[in-house]
Amino acid sequence: MSIDWPNFAPWTALAGGVLIGLAAVLLLFGTGRVAGIAGIVGAACNAMLGDRQDHAGRAVRWAFIAGLALAPWLWSLVAAPPVGTPHVGLGLLLLAGLLVGFGVRMGNGCTSGHGICGLSRWSLRSLINVLCFMGAGFATVALLRHS
Amino acid sequence: MSILIALCAGLLFGIGLLLSGMADPLKVKGFLDLLGPWNPTLALVMGGALVVGMVGFRLATGRRTAWSGVPMQLPPPGPIDGRLALGGVLFGAGWGLAGFCPGPAIVAAGSGSMAAMAFVAAMVAGMLLHDQVFAAARRQSSAELAPLGDA
Repeated sequence: MSIDWPNFAPWTALAGGVLIGLAAVLLLFGTGRVAGIAGIVGAACNAMLGDRQDHAGRAVRWAFIAGLALAPWLWSLVAAPPVGTPHVGLGLLLLAGLLVGFGVRMGNGCTSGHGICGLSRWSLRSLINVLCFMGAGFATVALLRHS
Repeated sequence: MSILIALCAGLLFGIGLLLSGMADPLKVKGFLDLLGPWNPTLALVMGGALVVGMVGFRLATGRRTAWSGVPMQLPPPGPIDGRLALGGVLFGAGWGLAGFCPGPAIVAAGSGSMAAMAFVAAMVAGMLLHDQVFAAARRQSSAELAPLGDA
């Protein structure tokens, strides 16, 4: 295995990870909620379709989503935000979105909910889910790029 | 107060994703590409987040209420079943295809990326397809199997 050194910046990766961890802990202590983005977005969208459960959480969820979406704007006050494009056709991109949306709701979590919060809580369920999505991710990129 | 904290947490989370390079799908795919030149970025992002997360969740153990006064709402323990695994596999397949998971996709969409907006629209459709159609049909069929209900 070779390392892609030109595109690997260890210090900003670690620092960014620490900020993500701090954000998850801030949400936990401040609002009592786990920073699972799949759960937050899913519940927010179901509520728009008339699902009246957990009415009090609605504003909290939308505030967290707004914070995520506004982060590039905040960043742009200092520099151009480092956002990339996926480099796949529209069909594959939409298929990927459908798979991600369906899969995270079926498995009850994504990279943030199971990957960061779940593993931080030493949850066996989260570890199993993470191994499944990591394995499928490795396999998909192998097929996409090397078959 | 909860709303302000959630907004700040979302901003901080998004800044962390931007700083670490996770809003660039090619970096994510570089991590998932074990056969090509491998990019370890995502492993360090997870590592940094987990060290802070483990300390934070440990400190929160036993707390009854959050700063805002509402009760703590940690996810209840759920079953380890096929849906947990299959959901992960489907998510991973989509993640590998596009290099986006939900958080970075929303951040990238917020920057005005049309591709990320299209991805988020499809992702929301996938979520609603699961929750409103698939899970609802499953609830329906289990209700038919047990017409008296099991409390």
